[in-house]
Amino acid sequence: MENTINLTLKVWRQNGAKDKGRFETYSLENISTDSSFLEMMDVLNEQLIGEGKEPVAFDHDCREGICGMCSLYINGRPHGPDDDVTTCQLHMRKFKNGETITIEPWRSAGFPVIKDLIVNRSAFDQIIAAGGYTSVSTGGVPDANAIPIPKPDADEAMDAASCIGCGACVATCKNGSAMLFVSAKVSHLALLPQGKVEAARRAKNMVAKMDELGFGNCTNTGACEVECPKGVSISNIARLNREFLKAKLAD
Amino acid sequence: MSNLFCSSIGRKLLMSLSGLFLIIFLIVHLSINLLLLVPDNGEAFNVAANFMALPVIKFGLQPVLALGFIVHIAYGAILTAQNNKARGNSKYASGNKTKEVMWASKNMFVLGITVFAFLAVHLVDYWVPLQITHGAQEITIGGVTMHDTYGLVKETLQNPLKVALYIIGSLGLAIHLTHGFWSAFQTLGASNSIWRKRWTVIGTVFAWVVSLGFCVIAITMFLS
Amino acid sequence: MKLDSKIPEGPLAQKWENYKAGQKLVNPANKRNLDVIVIGTGLAGASAAASLGEMGFKVKNFTIQDSPRRAHSIAAQGGINAAKNYPNDGDSVHRLFYDTVKGGDYRAREANVYRLASVSNDIIDQCVAQGVPFAREYGGLLDNRSFGGAQVSRTFYAKGQTGQQLLIGAYQALMRQVNAGTVEMHTRTEIVDYVIVDGKARGVIARDLVTGEFSRHFGHAVVMATGGYGNTFFLSTNAMGSNGSAAIKAYEKGAAFANPCFAQIHPTCIPVHGEFQSKLTLMSESLRNDGRIWVPKKKEDAEAIRAGKLKPTDIAEDNRDYYLERRYPAFGNLVPRDVASRAAKERCDAGFGVGTTGLAVYLDFKTSIERLGENTIRARYGNLFQMYEKIVDDNPYETPMMIYPAIHYTMGGIWVDYELQTTVPGLFAAGEANFSDHGANRLGASALMQGLADGYFVLPYTIQNYLADDIRTPRMTGDEKEFVEAEKAAKAKFEKLMSIKGNRSVDSLHKELGLVMWDFVGMARNKKGLEEAIEKIAAIKKEFWTNVKIPGSSEGMNVELEKASRLADFITTGDLMARDALNREESCGGHFREEFQTEEGEAQRQDDKFAYAACWEYQGEDKAPVMHKEDLTFEVVKVAQRNYK
Repeated sequence: MENTINLTLKVWRQNGAKDKGRFETYSLENISTDSSFLEMMDVLNEQLIGEGKEPVAFDHDCREGICGMCSLYINGRPHGPDDDVTTCQLHMRKFKNGETITIEPWRSAGFPVIKDLIVNRSAFDQIIAAGGYTSVSTGGVPDANAIPIPKPDADEAMDAASCIGCGACVATCKNGSAMLFVSAKVSHLALLPQGKVEAARRAKNMVAKMDELGFGNCTNTGACEVECPKGVSISNIARLNREFLKAKLAD
Repeated sequence: MSNLFCSSIGRKLLMSLSGLFLIIFLIVHLSINLLLLVPDNGEAFNVAANFMALPVIKFGLQPVLALGFIVHIAYGAILTAQNNKARGNSKYASGNKTKEVMWASKNMFVLGITVFAFLAVHLVDYWVPLQITHGAQEITIGGVTMHDTYGLVKETLQNPLKVALYIIGSLGLAIHLTHGFWSAFQTLGASNSIWRKRWTVIGTVFAWVVSLGFCVIAITMFLS
Repeated sequence: MKLDSKIPEGPLAQKWENYKAGQKLVNPANKRNLDVIVIGTGLAGASAAASLGEMGFKVKNFTIQDSPRRAHSIAAQGGINAAKNYPNDGDSVHRLFYDTVKGGDYRAREANVYRLASVSNDIIDQCVAQGVPFAREYGGLLDNRSFGGAQVSRTFYAKGQTGQQLLIGAYQALMRQVNAGTVEMHTRTEIVDYVIVDGKARGVIARDLVTGEFSRHFGHAVVMATGGYGNTFFLSTNAMGSNGSAAIKAYEKGAAFANPCFAQIHPTCIPVHGEFQSKLTLMSESLRNDGRIWVPKKKEDAEAIRAGKLKPTDIAEDNRDYYLERRYPAFGNLVPRDVASRAAKERCDAGFGVGTTGLAVYLDFKTSIERLGENTIRARYGNLFQMYEKIVDDNPYETPMMIYPAIHYTMGGIWVDYELQTTVPGLFAAGEANFSDHGANRLGASALMQGLADGYFVLPYTIQNYLADDIRTPRMTGDEKEFVEAEKAAKAKFEKLMSIKGNRSVDSLHKELGLVMWDFVGMARNKKGLEEAIEKIAAIKKEFWTNVKIPGSSEGMNVELEKASRLADFITTGDLMARDALNREESCGGHFREEFQTEEGEAQRQDDKFAYAACWEYQGEDKAPVMHKEDLTFEVVKVAQRNYK
């Protein structure tokens, strides 16, 4: 029952941030179409180790599409040719026998390459640190049911909060913009009464940090939304614009 | 408020507002041009054109319009440059195969250049003879002497190359607007998942009405 | 080794209050002068680091991932328990406590579990204040769902992404402290050893995973919250990077390792499909609320399905064996995880299994879809169904899901007292890394509860009781001989790994270890098998240290070297698990010894002999560890055979 395919891989290899980097081509045989893309990469690495070569470094962890660690740009798309998945959820049945697959790291000024296919996404942490939270400390908070929240608001906040911080939005954006990421966090918190309190401050600080870190300006192409493995909508970007402009005009 | 325009969203706000302003200009422009189609040998059009040459408009509104263009073009260029920088030096070898992204949205700067070229020709053809050198013919309507703008338009549009240029410019404008229109509202924050669809439909209809309107006028003038 | 559990005086319900009333505190001016190292940024680590930072301590927080938001707590799907009793269905702190002790098959410490249950409500309040978007009813109030092992609905959830939302809440609180300068964050940094000065934990040796450089870090106290060791089995629901190294390092420095054999096998995972497989994907236990588990009643049907001649939808209702509903009418499909897992194994071993391998059972939503409509099911489990479809290429709305048990969570871990302090003074363990609250089996939606309870509401109190005596201890520079020696030893270990230059890849050895673990230390264990396992693990250890192949160098990023150093510790863990399982001559919770079962095949405890936590003390390389007992006394809970019938 099991189907296998043979593949040619063109993989970006780069030994450290300062290295120029280059593509290397590898052949792989008998890859089960039931295996995941990263399992295919495991097979490649096992093969490389067998040949005494250094395996390809790539980020991955949970392998169930939620940690946001995996980050491969495959055949022209972040997270590859399937929709609404992360790289680790992509399966080889999406590829044809004999196909050549080009694998690259996320490329954006905001995400410098660390090694091979691994990039540095700490800019996202810095943006969150700039204001992506509610300023409440542990303890001394009201009862969870003290403030009713309309279900549609809670659901919409949940949709925005489902962002996994993988960076596919930045990777696919022709402007290298992080607006979808920032707007998801701003929206998530602005939609809830608990986050509303400091919504203005949050929007201003997070956008300022995003600009400072060298991400581009959003031109509303919507590519981010298409490639987002969690389907975070660009209506969040409209909300961020609204929150930000409101905050700035009130200053 | 102080440093609003130093932020990415602030810069985008300028694009949005100037774009919407230019959209209003387009509506006015098209409305007046439609008078070309009134079969009165251009009388109505000439009167309207003459109105547009009144000092209050020439010295009051034209600089505002010019500013609208300058802001839109200058910030378009600045944003494009910044965005290229943010994209980084290495390009994807496998290109970008993201589906369902409007072509226009990724080529606004190129489309903008097309529209700009059209604008430049337009200025040389009409604005210069009518308002700078005053080299255009004159005509008297209802006792008032004015430039025969109608005649100028008709003369210019006898040249098939010019007509073709106008059509190309109009089409570029249409494509530019299919993205620009809804995008302006998105940037203002006046959008959500429902309104986004509405703005897109309204914008697309608007873009093609305006663009085809200009095309129809140019072709009609050429044929008449 | 002295095991003092330091359980406070007083009646059970008053113990925590009594503790807090009598504990020592540190005044704000002194907090600034006290450093705390927190290892790990999962629910326990992030919440502890954030809370300690908020209180004013100087915190250094370490994670192996590129961001604190990646920790595997993020993958928890179903929910978090709390005794809020919002649905008015009879829940209380006492009932949550009781269910947890019973669910853990009476192998947990009463006082700890009671404290856990009593702070559970605070956790929900805290998370809501942080902006965690829990599911709500139309009236705007919080919604609850039911989970295995309970007869009340006490589980709060955020779609199928509860762990993610809770972790992001803690992560945001943590990043707020990073911004405020109270927490210093070290990403892509692994702790490779602890530094003990005068018998107290005073720091760590870290290895930068990007540069390969080592560094020394001082802390007046060290908190390790690095999760469980389920990846000893290679295939588990854990993330690829999840490892037990920080725990094993603590064990090697003198911290007792308690109940290592208590590993939870989760009943609802996507079955194994091939040799290349790297991990097992969990399907949330919440699916058992609306899904019914069955296998064919007739062996020939099962055989036909395995051969691909029949589809599950071809099997008539009468020919289906809903074995959980049959065996456990009271709890049905919602029996605790260990019970559900064993029942699945029993059916598959008896030849009724489905799937190409025969190692799978069906989880069927047909009845629920008919009763509630596809839209309701989609709203509840849409993302899980989508996840399943992407992996298996089957549409679970039309055909039943296939599931099989897999290693999921480890109840065992570093032994801690009531204060969450290990047997090494100044070294604390929180979350899954410690052994404290779940006994021999953890109930669904309780891991998130425990991680956050430890980090938000327990450690911030108990660590002060320790640090209050340290306000005069000056910061160390890291140049003290203990630090230098620890770093030297750690470096030597990595150099040794690089110098082996053998022929076997790390993964091939890890897979070999995993198979031994699954076959002999897995869902069903016996004396002979465990003895065999210990020998096999020793052989793998030898093979590893003589024949592992690590390309590249120890400078710069070297993923194989990282994996090798973790595998060395997994081998130690595997050995400990097998020894502990061999010692525990009873069946309880996740630990099932074939020799000890009732006539109906249920787990049979030996309370007179094994009502204790088995705490293993390290004796040195290649020496057998020594076991110490912490006797468990039950003052409130009536110990009984668990009955879910």
